[in-house]
Amino acid sequence: MTTHERLTPLFEPRGVVVAGASTHPGKFGFVSLHNIRAAGYEGALYATNRQGSEVLGEATLTDIADLPDGEVDLVFVCTPAAANIELLRACAAKGVRAAFVTSAGYGEAGEEGQAAQRELVAEAERLGMVIAGPNGQGVVSTPVKLCAQIVAPNPPPGRISVASQSGNLVSSFMNYAVATGVGIARAVSAGNAAMLGVEDYLGYFAEDPETAVSLVYVEGVPDGRRFYDAARAVTGRQPLVVLKGGATAGGQRAAASHTGSLATDDRVFDGACRQAGATRALSVEEAFDTAATFATQPLPRGPRTVVVTTAGGWGVLGADAITRGGILELVELPDDLHDALSEKLPPRWSRNNPVDLAGGETRDTIPEVLELIAGHPGVDAVIYLGLGIQSNQARLERDGGFYPDHGLERIVDFHERQDARYAQAAVDVSEATGKPILCATELAVTQPDNPGVATLRANHRLCYPSADRAVRALEHLWTYARHRRRRS
Amino acid sequence: MSSPPGTTSTTTLSEAASKALLAPYGVPVPDERVVADAAAAGAAATQIGFPVVAKLCGDRIAHKTERGLVRLGLGDAAAVEAAAAELLAAATPQDGEVGVLVAPMVTGNRELIAGMSRDPQFGPTVMLGVGGILAEAVADVAIALVPVSPVDAEDLIDALATQELLGAFRGEPAVDRAAIVEVVTALSRLATEHDEVQSVDLNPLIIVDGRPVAVDALVEVSA
Repeated sequence: MTTHERLTPLFEPRGVVVAGASTHPGKFGFVSLHNIRAAGYEGALYATNRQGSEVLGEATLTDIADLPDGEVDLVFVCTPAAANIELLRACAAKGVRAAFVTSAGYGEAGEEGQAAQRELVAEAERLGMVIAGPNGQGVVSTPVKLCAQIVAPNPPPGRISVASQSGNLVSSFMNYAVATGVGIARAVSAGNAAMLGVEDYLGYFAEDPETAVSLVYVEGVPDGRRFYDAARAVTGRQPLVVLKGGATAGGQRAAASHTGSLATDDRVFDGACRQAGATRALSVEEAFDTAATFATQPLPRGPRTVVVTTAGGWGVLGADAITRGGILELVELPDDLHDALSEKLPPRWSRNNPVDLAGGETRDTIPEVLELIAGHPGVDAVIYLGLGIQSNQARLERDGGFYPDHGLERIVDFHERQDARYAQAAVDVSEATGKPILCATELAVTQPDNPGVATLRANHRLCYPSADRAVRALEHLWTYARHRRRRS
Repeated sequence: MSSPPGTTSTTTLSEAASKALLAPYGVPVPDERVVADAAAAGAAATQIGFPVVAKLCGDRIAHKTERGLVRLGLGDAAAVEAAAAELLAAATPQDGEVGVLVAPMVTGNRELIAGMSRDPQFGPTVMLGVGGILAEAVADVAIALVPVSPVDAEDLIDALATQELLGAFRGEPAVDRAAIVEVVTALSRLATEHDEVQSVDLNPLIIVDGRPVAVDALVEVSA
């Protein structure tokens, strides 16, 4: 059986049963059922409760034996460790093929717990079931509207798939998905990874048509070669972003107490990632930015980047970021492009890259400039800075006490429409040319409902909070594209 | 050489034996000789051409520089003979069988380091880095897992932070990348074919006319 077949009952269950559902809203057995129901899971859903009490207004079963045969693929286990061997057997008898075990009291709980964990795995293997966890926070799969986890949030659907050795990092990435609108396909917390580790989940993601990019958080890689091989198998098909905890001596001490991970020589890990074509990010933001960019932008065909800016300072910093990174090329404008831009722009434009419009834009300038630049064969990618500034002024005018009089209603409306248009143009031109166009402005975080920012979000594209972050993400895209090209 | 408890115990090869193992894989080493006495050292140096270096060479001698067992820039046969006599006199009974290694004096403004080692989690790895006296402080090294393809080796070169060092530098031509790829892939093949080789240390790889030369080499093998 392939990894994809083995893990399908976990990520695409036809039915789910929550074992150990609770009437107490503070318990995992309540929260998980709540989260599954709130997300609108469309498959068959059951819950067991020893007393058969109603939970969230719905009846429960007192016994797994009362489940219909063959309707449920996944059991979400909230029962105490001591009850779980019997539970697995009862579930297997009903055709359940996967368990997400959130119960604690296993590998993290001393020798006795480790013995219980070995026993749990042995029993699952005997029954032909896969076990995620134990001691994990849950599994999310937006294509089937499954949010089986004891934590928030329920992320919007998208094409990033997450596997993590820390459940809270899954939450962190999904929180970014909620905030940015760049959504998640699958997400799973490996917990103690008794039977399934990050490498196994990667095996599933690599063959998953819903996944465009995998994003993993790891603290320990006891079998480094296995991780390397799994990473390589993914990157041959799609990008993989890796965030590694315990990259320093200080972090390794913390990781040893968190996941019991052995220290890894970070230079070796870094080399393994580079050689495997995996994209290593050094922070949560960088990891999400990069995964979101892979999920939503075409890969650049080369490093030649043009910065388009509505104002000088942003462009200067963008040029610094590109030059400092040394991976992208702040390409000199080809003569024909220079001349074509001069026809559209007032004489005071920068006449160089960054293309600084110097406030000279009229109604159609920005969409036309984006089209000229991205459409030129000498340009591989565009970074557009300054989206949303017209709407920022419009906001002040709306709130300033004079609105809607003195012509303010009309101008506010115009500004807001324009920024929405610019954002839409960035998306449309990118799609038409097959080249990445990344928009960056701090309004992404300071004014998320700005029409420019909101239009990108509605198109499921990331609005980058700074030129630096856009440049970093684009560098990672080019590095991956180059890795693939050098090996094709 | 003793190892920490629980790991394979290892022993080192002499510099000459290390180079003899590495050279057939494509690691460029200087044209050098190991001789038993001072007179033979002078004769070897005359054949090689001056200036030369003389080093005490033996299986158990791993830290020549620290022990003052390297003599550089010897300009004539008399100087070589005197240096060789001193080196042989400096040998201790613990050094076991020793000889004098006579090699051309290789000079260049740039030094790289390269090596192979076996990582407990990732298995055999190859390392490339910036060498020279500040190497440890600079710590500009990159690592790849064996087997290292020529493309992987190219990426390894690109991964070094100090790229300026690889271009044309102080009147010397740019580093021949293909020659570096040769060294890196040679170490990878060696790791695959010789399970007993636990580590290789090429320090320094002096860049001469753009091409690397392994001026020193230390191979560690399972005992």
